[in-house]
Amino acid sequence: MSKMNLLQAVNSSLETAMQQDERVLCFGEDVGAFGGVFRATSGLQEKFGKSRCFNTPLTEQGIIGFALGLAAQKQVPVAEIQFADYIFPAFDQLVNEAAKYRYRSGNEFNVGSLTVRAPYGGGINGGLYHSQSPEAYFTHTPGLKVVIPRNPHQAKGLLLASIADDNPVLFFEPKKLYRASTGEVPDEHYLLPLGKAEVVREGTDITLVAWGAQVQVIEAAADLAAEKGISCEVIDLRTLLPWDKATLVASLKKTGRLIINHEAPKTSGFGAELAASLQEACFLHLESPILRVTGWDTPFPLALEKEYFPNALRTLDAIQSSMDF
Amino acid sequence: MSDQRSLFHQQVYQPDFLDPKASAIPTFSLLQQKGELYPTAKAPDLSKEKALKIHDTFLFIRALDERMLASQRQGRISFYMTEIGEEAADICSAAALKPEDTIFAQYREQGALAYRGFSVDQFMNQIFANELDLGKGRQMPVHYGSKALNYVTISSPLATQIPQATGYAYGLKQDKKDQVVICYFGEGAASEGDFHAGLNMAAVLKAPVIFFCRNNGYAISTPAHEQFAGDGIASRGTGYGIKTLRVDGNDALAVYEATRLARKIALEEHQPILIEAMTYRLGAHSSSDDPSGYRSKAEESKWQEQDPVARFRNWLIKQGWWSQEEDEASLAKHRKQVAEAMKKAEKLPKPALDTLFSDVYDELPWHLEEQLEEAKAHILRNPTAYPATAGRLVK
Repeated sequence: MSKMNLLQAVNSSLETAMQQDERVLCFGEDVGAFGGVFRATSGLQEKFGKSRCFNTPLTEQGIIGFALGLAAQKQVPVAEIQFADYIFPAFDQLVNEAAKYRYRSGNEFNVGSLTVRAPYGGGINGGLYHSQSPEAYFTHTPGLKVVIPRNPHQAKGLLLASIADDNPVLFFEPKKLYRASTGEVPDEHYLLPLGKAEVVREGTDITLVAWGAQVQVIEAAADLAAEKGISCEVIDLRTLLPWDKATLVASLKKTGRLIINHEAPKTSGFGAELAASLQEACFLHLESPILRVTGWDTPFPLALEKEYFPNALRTLDAIQSSMDF
Repeated sequence: MSDQRSLFHQQVYQPDFLDPKASAIPTFSLLQQKGELYPTAKAPDLSKEKALKIHDTFLFIRALDERMLASQRQGRISFYMTEIGEEAADICSAAALKPEDTIFAQYREQGALAYRGFSVDQFMNQIFANELDLGKGRQMPVHYGSKALNYVTISSPLATQIPQATGYAYGLKQDKKDQVVICYFGEGAASEGDFHAGLNMAAVLKAPVIFFCRNNGYAISTPAHEQFAGDGIASRGTGYGIKTLRVDGNDALAVYEATRLARKIALEEHQPILIEAMTYRLGAHSSSDDPSGYRSKAEESKWQEQDPVARFRNWLIKQGWWSQEEDEASLAKHRKQVAEAMKKAEKLPKPALDTLFSDVYDELPWHLEEQLEEAKAHILRNPTAYPATAGRLVK
C-alpha cells in the first residue's frame, strides 16, 4: 500500500500493466519522455523503452486508428487523448470502427484489447475545451464500454480491469481529482469489476447516483440532507456502459426516490437513460418523479463555471423537492 | 529528445516559390499492351506457376464480377461492386507478398482475397449473407474478411483502415515478425484525414506498411481533377518522408515488381512505402451507380484498350505458357463454378436470430440478453411476420 493521488494511481496502474505484459503499449501526444501533460505516463518510457511508451504526431483520429491496428494485431494499446474535449476527431474511429470491429467481422477480428484514457470534466477553469464530459456520446454506441473512477484506489483497479477486458474501453479520468483526491492504493496488481456499481453509503429515504468527481458532490449533498433528517443512499455507478441496473433497482425499490447527478448537459445526458430505464423497472415503487441535477444545456463556460456546476446545494434542492412531492 | 532540425540549411536570397508542376513523377512500366516488354525493361522473376495463378485469379474475378452484377440487376442480391479494369493492381500486388502478410482493403480488392484462396463458396456466402458467411450476414455484400487468410474485414467508412494498417504494422515490428502490411485505398479516400494521419504516423513511427493507392480516375462521379490539384497521390509521399513509386496499374508485371521491392525495403529498412497505381475504373462505382451521367463512352473505350487482363494474357501467350483456347476454357469453367456456387448459397438460410446480438461484446451483457429475449418473445407472438427466424426459435 502507498498513499497516492489519482494521477499517481493511473501511473502505477500503467506501470503494473506494462510490467506484467510486454504487449502493453502507452502512447499519445506528449506521452513519451515528457510523461504526459498531466504526468500520467511519467517514467514509463525510461523504464520500458521508446518502443513501448512514445509520442505520436498530433492527430487524434490517427492515435485511435493506430491503436485499433495494434489491438487487431493483439498488442494491448493504452492510447491517451490529451483532453476528452479533443476525442471528437477520433469519433469516427471509435464509433464506426472500434465499437463494430468484432460484430462486423463475425468475430474474425476484434480490438478488445484497446483502452483509451482521457482526462475529462470541469472544475479547473478549463472553459469550453478543457472541461467537457462526453460520456453520453459513447454510451449510445453498442460495442464500447465506458468506465469512470472516482478515487485513486478505483483508478488503478478499474484501469487495470479495462486494460484486461476483451472489449474496447473508454476510461475517463476526472482531472479535477488528479491531485485533489488521495488515498491508499495497493502497489501490486488488482482488478475492480467492470459493470458493477458501488454503494458508497447506505440510506433509506432516497437514492443518489453519480460517477467520477460528482460522487463527492452527492456525498456532500447527502451530508446536508442528513442534517435535515433525510437518509440518502449514495451510489457510484463506475461503469456507464454496460451499467449496473441490478444495484440501482435494488436501491430504488428500497428508497422509492432517485436523484441522478452528472456534470454533462441535461438533454440526452446519460441521466436520461438511467431515468427512463429505472422508471420502466421500478414504476410501482416510485414515490416521486426521478430528478436529474446536471450541467445546463449550454457549452461549458469559463467565468460562470460555479453557476454551471450541478453542485451539492442544487442536489440538496432536488432531494428536498423529491421528499416533498 | 531534442530539436533535430538543422540550423544550417541551404539559403536563397530571392523569394523562389517552388512550382509543384516542375517535378512530375514518372510511371514505372514494363509491359506493353500487345504483351511485349518495353525495350529496356526487364521482366521480374516470376515463375510460370505463379504467373498462371495470377491469370487464373484474373479470370475468376471477371467471372464473379460479371455474374454478381447481373444477379444484382435481377434483384437476387442487394448490392455489388466490381473491380473491372483494376485486377492487376490488387491481384499482382498481393501475389508479390507472402501469405502471412496482412491485407487491409477498401472494398475493390476482392482479387487479392481470391488470390489468397478465399473460395467461391466463401464469396457467395458473404454476398448472400447466409448462415455460413464468416461475417454472420451482418455487413453489405463485398465487405469480406478472413482471419485465416490475413485479410482484415472491410468496412464502409473510407480510409479508416489506413491508420489501422499503420498500427498493425507497428505491432508486427514489435513482435519482430518478418511480415509487412499492405493497405489498399482509392484516390478519393486519400482525401480523408485518416490518410494524412496514417501516412504521417507510419513515417514517424517507422512501420513496415505498404500504402497502395488505386488511382482509377474517379471517386463515384468525382473525377480526380476535382479531388486534388497536386501530382496525384504519389507526390504526397515524399512530403511525409516516405519512399514512393508511381506504377502503371494495368501492367501486371510492373505492379508485381514494384510491390516485391516495396516489401523488401519495408522490412529491411523498417519504413513505410507508398505505391500509386495508375488505372481506370472500367465498371460503374457500384450497382447503385450509372457512370453514363458523368463520363463518355469514348473515354471508357480508350481505357478498355488498356485492359490489364488482356495485356497479361498476351504476355503469357508470348511466353508459350498459355493459349487463347485455354483462356476461353478457363473462363467458362469459372463462370460455371460461380453459377453453381450462387445457386447453393442462395438456398442457405439466413443466420439465426441470436447472431443479431452476439459479438457486440465478447460476452452478452445483461441488457443485450434482455433484448434478445424480448425479440424472441415478440417473434414467437407474430411468427408469420418473421418467416426466416420464427420457425427456428425454441419456445
